[in-house]
Amino acid sequence: MPPFHDTPHTCTGFRILSKERLTPVTNRFVLEAPWVARAAQPGQFVVVRVVEGGERIPVTIADFDAQAGTVTIVVQEVGRTSRLLCALQKGGAVLDVVGPLGEPFRALKGKVVIGIGGGFGAAALYPIVRGLHQAGVMTEAILGARTKEFLILERELRGVCREVLSCTDDGSYGFKGLVTECLTTRLPQLGAREELEVVAVGPMPMMRAVAAVTAKQGIPAQVSLDPIMVDGTGMCGGCRVTVGGEVKFACVDGPMFDAHQVDFAELVRRNKMYKAEEAALNAG
Amino acid sequence: MPVKPTAKTGMPHQEAQARARNFAEVNAGYPDIRAQFEAGRCLQCQDPVCETGCPVRVPIKAFIKCVADGKFQDAFELVKHAHPLPAICGRVCPQESQCEKLCHMATRFEPVAIGHLERFVADWEHSHRNGTPPSRPAPTGPRVAIVGAGPSGLTAAGELARLGYRVTIFEALHEPGGVLRYGIPEFRLPKAILDDEIGQLKALGVEVVCNVIIGKTLPLEQLMGPMAFQAIFIGTGAGLPRFLGIPGENLNGVYSANEFLTRINLMRAYEFPRAHTPLKVGKRVAVIGAGNTAMDAARSALRMGAEEVRVVYRRSEVEMSARVEEYAHAKEEGVIFQWLTNPIRVLGNEDGWVTALECQRMMLGPPDESGRARPIPTDEPLVVTPTDTVVVAIGTRPNRLLTKGGCLKTASWGGLIVDDASGETSQSGVFAGGDAVTGAATVILAAGAGRRAAAAIHAKLSAAQDGRTSVNA
Repeated sequence: MPPFHDTPHTCTGFRILSKERLTPVTNRFVLEAPWVARAAQPGQFVVVRVVEGGERIPVTIADFDAQAGTVTIVVQEVGRTSRLLCALQKGGAVLDVVGPLGEPFRALKGKVVIGIGGGFGAAALYPIVRGLHQAGVMTEAILGARTKEFLILERELRGVCREVLSCTDDGSYGFKGLVTECLTTRLPQLGAREELEVVAVGPMPMMRAVAAVTAKQGIPAQVSLDPIMVDGTGMCGGCRVTVGGEVKFACVDGPMFDAHQVDFAELVRRNKMYKAEEAALNAG
Repeated sequence: MPVKPTAKTGMPHQEAQARARNFAEVNAGYPDIRAQFEAGRCLQCQDPVCETGCPVRVPIKAFIKCVADGKFQDAFELVKHAHPLPAICGRVCPQESQCEKLCHMATRFEPVAIGHLERFVADWEHSHRNGTPPSRPAPTGPRVAIVGAGPSGLTAAGELARLGYRVTIFEALHEPGGVLRYGIPEFRLPKAILDDEIGQLKALGVEVVCNVIIGKTLPLEQLMGPMAFQAIFIGTGAGLPRFLGIPGENLNGVYSANEFLTRINLMRAYEFPRAHTPLKVGKRVAVIGAGNTAMDAARSALRMGAEEVRVVYRRSEVEMSARVEEYAHAKEEGVIFQWLTNPIRVLGNEDGWVTALECQRMMLGPPDESGRARPIPTDEPLVVTPTDTVVVAIGTRPNRLLTKGGCLKTASWGGLIVDDASGETSQSGVFAGGDAVTGAATVILAAGAGRRAAAAIHAKLSAAQDGRTSVNA
């Protein structure tokens, strides 16, 4: 373990120890960030900035190793900053990494936890499910993606789950259909509802659908929200979400919330705030 | 007695029309001759009451005498000795409610422009500095950690470094400065001034470590234990925005002033798309609140291209807490002020974007607990004003990231509880000051608290050192 009086945190960046392409648009980075690694817990995130003048974006922590002093993030190219990040190579550095932010994932009382990962949400799901597995909770995972090519971390999740079901929209791998359809078919085989619990990480429509299905079935569910934020420390309030009729800041009160209480319609709308600006950037 | 000019010597500035569309500094600063002329207005009172109005007791009478005599370097040394951020405080202090309020000239005429003169001596020194780093003792003393690189933390760091302590500042954001970086706009406090102050601290040997949130990245206990810091100063400010709690506040186009200003100041949204952080500023902007932050937001909105900017305040001009100069500048630039107007609802369209602000007309009643006249709703019909962007600037409270679940005692509203004289918290060796203790206040009060805590840390650590020496001997 690096001694505490060394200050590996400097303003000159966080070294990229490895980079691995998981899908055509998704990369896994292992970063040297000993202090973050030591403090990180499942469900938390970091805020990164890639270049001078760049935007600060939240990225969920996909793995951490306190011994090695590393933090793993999985990044999908969706906007300008994630594209810049994905263009970085091993040996390079991410300019700013701050965290771990947010509250860690806290399991409810379920004896069986079903983790649902949509797209690269599987990356954020992994440390949560692993943590539960290590704590002796029975875990399963349902992974969904457009095609086989975009399914990630199935092997890793198999190591910490008694069952991993994969689904693709086109049926190119596993179950053909949505994760919620897969969940509905799986549920009858799982026994008592009161022993079940769901945690879902992925695109907003998927988490919203999981919330609807689990609410109908009376199964508790948590989701990891990803609203627009600037600082990630409660300072800007840009990430405010309505949960159970109360305004919460996803960065400090979340990012995990009771799926059945989240006002998804508002969140979807707020996340479109800079759609025009993003489109202009992507076109330019 | 020679006849003194009754009015303050004018501060050269950008014309309102032009400046309302750019982010360059509004005030240009006095040239030497004007500074000397203004300093000549000082009565050099036997009893300089102006100094009692200054939270850090700048020797105003003496430094102004030096300016009048053309001894600018001496004037600078006098001010700098009292507090380390003269270039900043000369620009952002509310002088009219502090030193200048008590100036004897002010009883019949305009007060001496103490703030302008403070700024002058700081800027003069900056442009005449010969490049030799500031002198300091060998940094061999105990290690002190500063949490937060805002006004109080920077001040405490400077004081302690000058005393030979090895100082490390931990900052949560990617650049140091705190509210001076993310809150106060370029046109009021150029970032170059802040960068220079921080550069001076680094030259003194202060280590600045960004991207570290004490309480998240490193627990406070880690600093005292394994990292062997012998004292800690907490200057984490009051960075958590308050919202109104009215319907429609989560519509697209409603910002906290913190977010609005952070996107502009820290993230440089005015350079978008060259800088990558966007900000949506509609044609019609309503800023709610009438403090300095509200003025900063309103004036920034104009500079971001808004056509109509209104400040909406539930009390009146008299109760407004903004500095006189900021209010005057905002009015000159075309900001509209709606007094006695209380927002009760934000209206939006089917896509969830703000379209209007609904307000209730108020009247003033007897003073409330803040000592200001209490706004009371009237029976007048509600007023709906078309609005595209709403900025909520009604105040902030301390962030609980550090104190949550920790051992430091806090008040119910979140402020740290400290010993009045020393600034020491409920935990021995951990000191605090600035907005984290007082709630949102001023830069100079924070600087004063940083300075007092630095002295208390020095006293405590030197006593410990002496104790050890005598035991060993």
